[in-house]
Amino acid sequence: MRQEKSVVQINHVDFSYDGALCLEDIVLSVQEGDFLGVVGPNGSGKTTLLKIILGLIHPLRGKVEVFGETPERARHLIGYVPQHADLDASFPISVMDVVLIGRLGKSPLFGRYRKGDRQSAEEAMQEAEVHDLRNRRFGTLSGGQKQRVLMARALVGRPELLLLDEPTASIDGRVEQDIYELLKRLNESVTIILVSHDLGFISTYVNRVACVNRRLACSHTEHITGDVIEACYSGPVHMLKHKCEL
Amino acid sequence: MLEFFAVLRDHTFMQNAVVIGLLASVACGVMGTYVVVRRIVFISGGISHTVLGGMGIAYYYGFNPLHGAVVTALFAAIVIGLISLRYHQYEDTIIGALWAVGMAVGILFIYKTPGYNVDLMSYLFGNILMVKTESIRVLGYLDGLIILSVLLFHKRFMAVCFDEEYSKLQGIGVVSTYLLLLCLVALTVVILIQVVGIVMVIALLTLPAATARLYARSLVQMMIIASILGAVFTSSGLIVSYEPNLPAGATIVVIAGLAYLLATAVKGLSTRFHGRGNK
Repeated sequence: MRQEKSVVQINHVDFSYDGALCLEDIVLSVQEGDFLGVVGPNGSGKTTLLKIILGLIHPLRGKVEVFGETPERARHLIGYVPQHADLDASFPISVMDVVLIGRLGKSPLFGRYRKGDRQSAEEAMQEAEVHDLRNRRFGTLSGGQKQRVLMARALVGRPELLLLDEPTASIDGRVEQDIYELLKRLNESVTIILVSHDLGFISTYVNRVACVNRRLACSHTEHITGDVIEACYSGPVHMLKHKCEL
Repeated sequence: MLEFFAVLRDHTFMQNAVVIGLLASVACGVMGTYVVVRRIVFISGGISHTVLGGMGIAYYYGFNPLHGAVVTALFAAIVIGLISLRYHQYEDTIIGALWAVGMAVGILFIYKTPGYNVDLMSYLFGNILMVKTESIRVLGYLDGLIILSVLLFHKRFMAVCFDEEYSKLQGIGVVSTYLLLLCLVALTVVILIQVVGIVMVIALLTLPAATARLYARSLVQMMIIASILGAVFTSSGLIVSYEPNLPAGATIVVIAGLAYLLATAVKGLSTRFHGRGNK
């Protein structure tokens, strides 16, 4: 049995873009070793929630703590895997150089990356099974390969918390399964929060699910029922507050 | 063509022109690569046009317009950079305003400067054959500064250009890195103004790099290819324009444009050909 240690603690957080409230009264606590799936329809605020945990944006109200610190201070413990579609596929950059960006904060201010940085990058690529692609141009890879490269970049900083934004968007089923198997393996040592619009597949891998649709409802996987999901996607969301186990 | 080489052998102005062309090629190849991959062509255009204001003011008060250009270019780079980071949604409007107002200020000051009226055309369209020998030294220093900065900061520039958000998460100063990059672009703009003038700076900043991107596998490769292309374009522009007495800047730009068009067509055809071959 793992020792219960709080990794992410979100208390009554509101967030708005240009005055429109897109996250309301979010309460969420993630424990060490959790594999949390965050689901919800498009535009429900899932990515916003991730960015709040990363400290890239700040909530209107409420408090966010990661490893007991502000998100900015805890950043070196977080690995982040953004959506690969947001990156410019025509950018001439090798897989190795993409992964090395994960060492940027730890490498010297001037000049090239150190030998140790390259070694860590090689190890991370092996872990994410993309080592043989290291000299390829990032833009020429398939969606699944890009996803693994971005995972390697997140892993190269030896994170204790891994955040993934739609890691299986535009990826076919078999590759999707491979990626989840990899995540499951990583979860043995790393806490994972994963955002997805597709609940069906992730429920077999995650141990908890949070439904976001402006508000948030959380549940252990064994308690997920059709009602929960339906309510999250289409039904009146306030009903879910009562099921939240936090 | 023989006549060109005879002039090159005997006259300093042509030797200066070739040297300036080569200095400019290095700057445009290296910084143009960042401009193209980071898609800050419009920002660079804004910086270069704002520069006329500084050149006009310097000219009016009897300073070297080149110094005015350096100061204004750096100022414009920082202002535009901060705007593009903080108020992204108004970026193009504000750059457009600076672009036009900068030029207007320059024109007013040049117009009111007493005495023999400077050839406004040479600021706007460049006159590489008229560049003074003393300017070469200044441009050499600028080139050295650009190369040194890139050697020191390339890995950060690359990271910020490719994935700004992730660089921020790495805890590096994304704002300062981006502003430094824009300041180097500004210095490059000043060099290029000597060659092709304010109006055509964008061509030299983007065309060699954009052509290089078609074949380069990495940013460093792209910089090297773009610098070589820049040298070829400026030198051949000087050669082609000399005998028919064409404006050198415009000739260089047309050559660069044709080369880009040709390279794109060849690339397109070869991709299509390969695509069929694989099926």
